[in-house]
Amino acid sequence: MKQYTKTHEWVEVASDGTAYVGISKFAADELGEIVFVDLPEEGQKVAAGESFCEIESVKAVAEVNSPVSGTICKVNDALADSPELLSGGGEWICAVTLSEPVGELMDEAAYEASLN
Amino acid sequence: MSRKTALYQTHLDLGGKMVDFAGFSLPVQYSGIMEEHRAVRTAAGLFDVSHMGEFMFRGKDAESALNALLTNDIRGMRDGQVRYSLLPNERGGAVDDVLVYREREDRFWLVVNGANVAKDAEWIKSRLRGADFFDWSDDMSQIALQGPAAESILRTLTDERNIPEAYYTYVPHADVKGFDVCISRTGYTGEDGFELYFMNAVAEQVYNLVYEAGKPFGLLPCGLGARDTLRLEAGMPLYGHELDEDIPVNETGLGFAVKVSKENFVGKDAIAAHVPEYARVGARVKERGIVRENCDVYCGDEIVGYSTSGTHSPTMGYGICMLRLKRGFADKELFADVRGRRVALEIVPLPFYKRK
Repeated sequence: MKQYTKTHEWVEVASDGTAYVGISKFAADELGEIVFVDLPEEGQKVAAGESFCEIESVKAVAEVNSPVSGTICKVNDALADSPELLSGGGEWICAVTLSEPVGELMDEAAYEASLN
Repeated sequence: MSRKTALYQTHLDLGGKMVDFAGFSLPVQYSGIMEEHRAVRTAAGLFDVSHMGEFMFRGKDAESALNALLTNDIRGMRDGQVRYSLLPNERGGAVDDVLVYREREDRFWLVVNGANVAKDAEWIKSRLRGADFFDWSDDMSQIALQGPAAESILRTLTDERNIPEAYYTYVPHADVKGFDVCISRTGYTGEDGFELYFMNAVAEQVYNLVYEAGKPFGLLPCGLGARDTLRLEAGMPLYGHELDEDIPVNETGLGFAVKVSKENFVGKDAIAAHVPEYARVGARVKERGIVRENCDVYCGDEIVGYSTSGTHSPTMGYGICMLRLKRGFADKELFADVRGRRVALEIVPLPFYKRK
């Protein structure tokens, strides 16, 4: 189940404990056509609330803050050639091996409510 | 608090995403920048550019009075002609870039950038000798109908003889379905097209006429986002980016509009004495990503310039930018510093896009 940050990222912890990270559909819609993702690297450490990646659309550049703390164990390389995959909000950017439990985030209903 | 153009409600009704620009609330996009951009390249787009300012100059000596304030030479313009010029300062920089419209011998118009209307009006009033000055900006609206279908669309709304034939000519008073509209064959997109001027009171009606007439041709309402990607592809400068008070006008690649040989004008001595150190050049980004404005440009470890504008080109599908680059470095290996990332650039001729 996805959990959301106030800054429009989501995290979903898989059954093996790996945390997948992406941006919400709202964030993607706000950016418009996404043309480039400055992907992070495997082995890179991330901290909750800190930027680890940049997304460029025609309109703007946006920093992506990590919803969780840990080490990146997988990067979604498909985004290098097809950054537009992020547009729907469902695509993950990277997977993180958590160094601490996921903090307090919003569930989907609370997040949707926060947008209004 | 930003101002509203006479078309503010129209933008909301069309789903425009409003932003503040040049002191006005204007749509940055409706359906999406890429889609709007493509509409202008393949069919037509309609822009609200009412933030632009319109100044009128009246008097029998209007031509010489105005000529003393401009870098271009407006002597010999015919009635109904339009000419691009810079409005120079004493140091040889640009107060603004403008379009000069000659209505008749004793009446000229200047169209100036929205963000500069107040500054330009002050500047001109304190230097103008021999003509009367009127600022019509608050009372006038302007829309731009741009794209290969623009003429066909206009033909459904007005008599053929009201459509200026040549680029950079205009018809000051055209009857467009009963409305008094100034039709200028000019634009900021690199496509054929028109800029239409009329009074605020009829703005919604004229806009809707053009919008409805354009729909069957594939016209889309377009925002500031597409306006910027289109003008960038067309290699056109934007004031505050490629031009400003401190960039010498002879470093802007606009030599066609700077006539140092003409009689005295503001800034002439400074312009004539200045040896250009920089040039305005175009560059394509050789890898993925966008080089936007204000990125330092390196040759090896040396900073040799910076980007003045940049975007992702919807037509070409890669990043393009304009640089203010030191002379002598255009054929060197260049990199832009994009927030710490080194991005390779390749200098290419301007414009990036030219219509067939």
